[in-house]
Amino acid sequence: MELPMVPLSHLDDLWFQVAGTFCNLTCTHCFISCSPHNHNFGFLDLATVRRYLDESVAFGVKEYYFTGGEPFLNRDMVPILELTLQYGPATVLTNGTIFRTDWLKRLRVAEDASPYSLEFRVSLDGFTAAQNDPVRGDGTFERILAGVRMLLDHGFLPILTVTRTQDEQDDGDLFDGFVRLLKENGYAQPRIKILPTLRIGAEVQRQRGYQEGERVTAEMMDGYDQSQLVCSKSRMVTDRGVHVCPILIETPDARLGATLAEALQPFAIKHSACYTCWQYGALCSNASSQQRDA
Amino acid sequence: MARIAVFGGIYNNYLALEAALADAHRRGVDGIYCLGDMGAFGPHPDRVFPLLREHNVMCIQGNYDNSVGNGLADCQCGYTDPRDNHFARLSYTYTFANTTLANREWLRDLPAERRIQLGRYRLLLCHGSPRRTNEFLWESTTSVAFLEHLLQSFQVDVILGTHTGIKWHRQLANDRHFINVGVLGRPENDCTTNVWYAVLSVADVQQSSNREGEAPAEPAQPARQEPRPPSPDRPSELRVEFIPVHYDHERLATEMRAERLPDEFVQTVLTGWWTTCLEVLPAKERRRGHY
Repeated sequence: MELPMVPLSHLDDLWFQVAGTFCNLTCTHCFISCSPHNHNFGFLDLATVRRYLDESVAFGVKEYYFTGGEPFLNRDMVPILELTLQYGPATVLTNGTIFRTDWLKRLRVAEDASPYSLEFRVSLDGFTAAQNDPVRGDGTFERILAGVRMLLDHGFLPILTVTRTQDEQDDGDLFDGFVRLLKENGYAQPRIKILPTLRIGAEVQRQRGYQEGERVTAEMMDGYDQSQLVCSKSRMVTDRGVHVCPILIETPDARLGATLAEALQPFAIKHSACYTCWQYGALCSNASSQQRDA
Repeated sequence: MARIAVFGGIYNNYLALEAALADAHRRGVDGIYCLGDMGAFGPHPDRVFPLLREHNVMCIQGNYDNSVGNGLADCQCGYTDPRDNHFARLSYTYTFANTTLANREWLRDLPAERRIQLGRYRLLLCHGSPRRTNEFLWESTTSVAFLEHLLQSFQVDVILGTHTGIKWHRQLANDRHFINVGVLGRPENDCTTNVWYAVLSVADVQQSSNREGEAPAEPAQPARQEPRPPSPDRPSELRVEFIPVHYDHERLATEMRAERLPDEFVQTVLTGWWTTCLEVLPAKERRRGHY
């Protein structure tokens, strides 16, 4: 069977798996099963990030994203964001539970000194503890909201990232519920991004994995706008090298090389999670960067 | 002196367009350009087109123009916030229904980009970005490295765009520039009711020309010699000015109400704060607004 190949049209977004698979939480839907005990992927230090930032300039990278695990478990996280804001806009995906005031003060100074935005995407999987805590862990709803309030106190406008963990839930209701919750917590300009689940990693146990037939075929790519696929515009740096996208790092063939220059080749989107990316499009980037023909 | 005026996003605001045209003529511009999105948001779409023709405004096709021109189902704005999509639908349905067939055909046939010469500068005029009509290039989410890549790929010295609704200008190495000219259609989310456009001028008269031969940039002549490449040793000869346009916004608000357009849009015209389509704003730009 002919495999659909997706070329990298331009390296718009460079991702960093900055905390590896190490996380203080053990969310039941995590697509790479991050936890306090998962050391499959390790931290990236400041020098490594700097090397890739320097390499990225020649490729005209537009934005930088940081994820884990929990990025703020990396002791270099604040210096990494400070450095990145000299190169371009930075977005950090965090669970919001381990912020420290002195870190946020430094990051406020760094964003003010930069022409670029520093975005915090904070994961919260329900607008009540009853919805969120079974997925992200007991007590996390309150801890995450405390983190959101800390960000607000330091002048940040976090984007609440919500995974659609209950299939039957209407997006409009979910959206409205979050707006209400955030306003009650003093967030006058609530920002929300709703995401589908990726049926790999821990999510396979929580709900289900992909079924037969949930794969992208060559026919499905006919007339499809490839710019919606993360692999057409992104690459992901981990402590093992450069991978095709933030979702597939545990898939052996997704590691494309040691440097960005080695990782520019087209990628066969034969993996089950590629189906979700194909289905929804623009999964990983911020709304300010989407180019979706609705 | 060669001088051009560049407008963006009219969004049916024919009153602001009239004011901007008068202002540009007062400044003695040699050519007027519009980077697209003639429709959306405001009242009476068909009042925009006679002004564009009468003043020989050279236009680029925006995503809205592409949708209206080709009879597409929506404006290709691509919001994910259900509330934003609701307002985008209302606005598109109204604009489409009130744009005559002849004007829709005119929109359909507009070019996606124009290349012109201004002094020694090669200019590329587009709507969102040169690579994609509906790409947002915000000041706070567009790296220098990315702009360098665009300028290099498209082999130009200056790129002009609109689409985001907020003006900005960044000068890059070797006297190259990216300029978002702002929009005439609605205020900038800064608690002022005026709107904005850009005037670009160069002092180097002899080499100014318009490659397309449209609206000759008086007193400029067609280029008969290769323009000198920009040099890091020389100061920039390109002057970029953002011009505030004050217009009868209360009249616009009254007409919008009479056309039963959403009160959220009317409030934006009257207060200068954006009330809808906020989801696409990056952190820095969002923080400057009220909602």
